[in-house]
Amino acid sequence: MDKIPREDIDIKKQLKEVSTNALRCMQCGVCSSSCPSGRHTNLNIRKLVKNAGTNSDILKSEELWMCTTCYNCQERCPRRINIVDTVLEIRSISAHQGIILPEHRLVCQMLLKYGHAVPINDKYKIKRVEIGLEELPETVHKYTDSLNEVKELLTSCGFERFAENNTNEKQTTEITE
Amino acid sequence: MKGLSLFLGCLVPNRYPGIELATKLCLATLDIDCSDLPGASCCPAPGVFRSFDKTSWLALASRNIVLSEEMERDVLTICNGCFSTLADANHIIQDDEKAKEEVNIHLQKIGRKIKGNIDVRHIIEYLYQEFGPEKISSFVQRPLDIRIAVHYGCHLIKPTKERGLGSSERPVFFDELITALGATSVDYPDKMACCGAGGGMRSAMKEKSLKMTEAKLAKIQEADVDCIVNSCPFCHMQLDSGQDEIKELSGTEFEIPVLHYTQLLGLALGFPAEMLGIDIGIEKNRKLMELLDSRVKP
Ligand code: SF4
Ligand code: SF4
Repeated sequence: MDKIPREDIDIKKQLKEVSTNALRCMQCGVCSSSCPSGRHTNLNIRKLVKNAGTNSDILKSEELWMCTTCYNCQERCPRRINIVDTVLEIRSISAHQGIILPEHRLVCQMLLKYGHAVPINDKYKIKRVEIGLEELPETVHKYTDSLNEVKELLTSCGFERFAENNTNEKQTTEITE
Repeated sequence: MKGLSLFLGCLVPNRYPGIELATKLCLATLDIDCSDLPGASCCPAPGVFRSFDKTSWLALASRNIVLSEEMERDVLTICNGCFSTLADANHIIQDDEKAKEEVNIHLQKIGRKIKGNIDVRHIIEYLYQEFGPEKISSFVQRPLDIRIAVHYGCHLIKPTKERGLGSSERPVFFDELITALGATSVDYPDKMACCGAGGGMRSAMKEKSLKMTEAKLAKIQEADVDCIVNSCPFCHMQLDSGQDEIKELSGTEFEIPVLHYTQLLGLALGFPAEMLGIDIGIEKNRKLMELLDSRVKP
């Protein structure tokens, strides 16, 4: 039998741990039939959760990111399985392996730089003044000390890892919308 | 009752400042004790950041909560995403001593400490519980005789075990706050369906997320309403800008105005559209305002 690399054993263990709750699944399909994303995308949440503990390919699957976290499935599951919480945990294992969509990596860069996922820009500074508000809101945008606090806190948590570009990823442009 | 601090989040101050102004005007008119929350950051957004790393998500959310704790005020949010993050983080801090200790190790580095002694409120939930529809109607200067499709959004009520606002299948509290303003809340199929933006879908898979939005908008259009009212700037963006994006993608046109509840309330309280960030330069909004003017009851 092929040897499984050590890291892989660890990942399998993590996946198993986060999906023990899903072992109670009776495959009724209520989750999938309640899923708004599943109606329009490839996401089959019943399958995804069912396979979570046994198949580490799940970490690379695009479907993992097609859930809007609307909680319909979790609310309706007759076995009270924490479906969305499980999806979030699997996403996290994936992100910690460096598997993040380029757009999501960009959102992380925004947070690190500005303290906001969607920072202000000139157009909206002008709009704020036009309607009678101050140019900058009462947030980290206005207070440098506060922004530094946010940066320090994120560093303490090791958040930078999610913002680092993989060398094989193309650099995306800044969100301006 | 504790006073409140207004948590702005990212989208309201940086993309929909009209919602910020509308909120402040409404809070002042209803005489609610609410102050600014200087130095707050991104909540951080539940869909992306919570997915990546629970530790940093919880730590940053906790910092925002601490700012309000230090002012001895409850946090007031005007966004379902901010509500989801801050309310869930607050529950974790209050229920899990170990998680709280871990967070405080990080917070210590910036000279702060979380206690877990305040509440997190959402403006819809707050207005319903602390005022109620009847008291809200007593403030109405300008009854809004229009048909509205209310969009609750997911994270205002779900997961229900955390929110405690009752069943997520057929809630009515938001509808009642709409009818309190003289308007009709119109029932429509898939009313509780997701806007499609959450979970990082809008940022990473926009076309797919817009398919969900298009399905929802089509049902709303069939219901023949004058506008959509939401409680979340992220749903707001998806349902509003989404209409232009869908038009570009598939050619399907919806000309449905979209308002945040604070903007609707602002209109009912007598404020002009311009003060509420309702851009009457946009054709569909101009029509809505004309319709309202034509229906003013003497
Ligand atoms: S609703 Fe629950 S029990 Fe039914 S298939 Fe989905 S996860 Fe399994
Ligand atoms: S939470 Fe995700 S998987 Fe569950 S119903 Fe909503 S979109 Fe589908």
